[in-house]
Amino acid sequence: MHNDTVVLRVENVVKHLGGQRILDGVSLTVKKGRLKVLIGPSGAGKSTLLQCINFLLPPDEGTVYIEDRKINGKSRKDLLWLRQRVGMIFQDFNLFDHLTAMENVRVALIKVKKMDKRAATNRAMEELARVGLADKSGLYPAQLSGGQKQRVSVARALAMDPEVMLLDEPTSALDPELIGEVLAVIRDLADAGMTMIMATHQIGFSSSLADEFLFMEKGRIIERGSPAELLARGSCSRTMAFCAKLSELTGELGG
Amino acid sequence: MNEALTFAFERVVPGLNVGLWASVGIIVPAALLGVVIGILAGTIRVYGGVWLRRVTNWYVALFRGTPLVVQLYFWYFALPYVHIGGVSLVLTPMQAAVIGFALCSGAYQSEYIRGGLLSIKRGQLLAAQALGITPVNSILFIVLPQAFRRALPGCGNEIIYLIKYSSLASIITVNELTGVGRGIAKATFQNTEVYVIVGLYYLVLVTLAGWVLRFAEHRLAIPGFEVKNS
Repeated sequence: MHNDTVVLRVENVVKHLGGQRILDGVSLTVKKGRLKVLIGPSGAGKSTLLQCINFLLPPDEGTVYIEDRKINGKSRKDLLWLRQRVGMIFQDFNLFDHLTAMENVRVALIKVKKMDKRAATNRAMEELARVGLADKSGLYPAQLSGGQKQRVSVARALAMDPEVMLLDEPTSALDPELIGEVLAVIRDLADAGMTMIMATHQIGFSSSLADEFLFMEKGRIIERGSPAELLARGSCSRTMAFCAKLSELTGELGG
Repeated sequence: MNEALTFAFERVVPGLNVGLWASVGIIVPAALLGVVIGILAGTIRVYGGVWLRRVTNWYVALFRGTPLVVQLYFWYFALPYVHIGGVSLVLTPMQAAVIGFALCSGAYQSEYIRGGLLSIKRGQLLAAQALGITPVNSILFIVLPQAFRRALPGCGNEIIYLIKYSSLASIITVNELTGVGRGIAKATFQNTEVYVIVGLYYLVLVTLAGWVLRFAEHRLAIPGFEVKNS
């Protein structure tokens, strides 16, 4: 599944929020079928970076390329093109509360892809089945568990046929016993060859899937490398130190 | 007692029934228009550009800040003297009442809608944006349906108010319930009987409206948006 086509390229992105320099010149390249994992302390700029990539927060400086096309943040056409190719998963799901699981997945197919209702419904049901929620299609967000909500939001993003998915701490808002079902869905995506960038604190899980860890601090990527390299026994990487601290707090093994 | 009943059914009720239709003819269009104006103004006040927002805020300040009686006098008695480019607008009493009530009601409704809109978490707009849904479609299909459900109890309350302040239409010569009642009371000197019956008419109207509103709340109820203790 891996090949060398570059799906996403970010060059020197800078972003200020509230007078603070949140992103301080971040660059990265993602090839097709790869999973890059962003780790680092809160406030390092992981979420901001993900939101800059699909222009939910327009970068102050720097460039984003999707499949070699340079995105002009001022062009509505470019943004629509970009957002149909980039799927986003949020920490707190952001499901549409007045729509059923099926309608949540279907709404953008109708409004954005202009599919007719029947085709959109079929597609939505397929995607729900893919995340194991076919039997919950008629339930509203208030009737779903956190893990189920996040799986609906994955189905909603997948239905748009994205080239790349951005996952912003997809399990951080979940109760510990619900994390597994969401991670399983993400593992299936990785196995199916989906290109992804994921911010997460699930080091153990992501080290088995990630092609590269990007360690962020103070708006910069200060370390990058394969999980094996960065977490090798005796490595004195910042990543190692951070993961050791994390596992102290959560009891999770850092690799 | 028998005499009073005979008086009520022979003199008061037939007259009031005519007035009732005038009242309903004001209340229904004014309530519907008020809700539409409220949704438009409320949405603009939250999501509009700077100038649109400013203009709708002035509208609300003006119509909430002046007495309704003065507004009605303006639409009926003053408007004919306002010449713009040599043209002036003369409204019938019914038109003046409907416009006056709708604009006043809309100002209040916009507050309820605005509150409803502000209660919807911003994350849903971000998610819609990330899916490529346009801002206008996000507001129309994602935020407003939720905000309206949240605002419905307040909007219903405003409609109940409207039913009662519709009695003010009598001061710009509309022969609605209160106006007709006042006429009968003056002609017969039976103030007590007449005004008690007029009051009962309004009570019935408000009760009916309450049922309709509760029915609407049930029809629109969605898990997570139930209206509790209604």
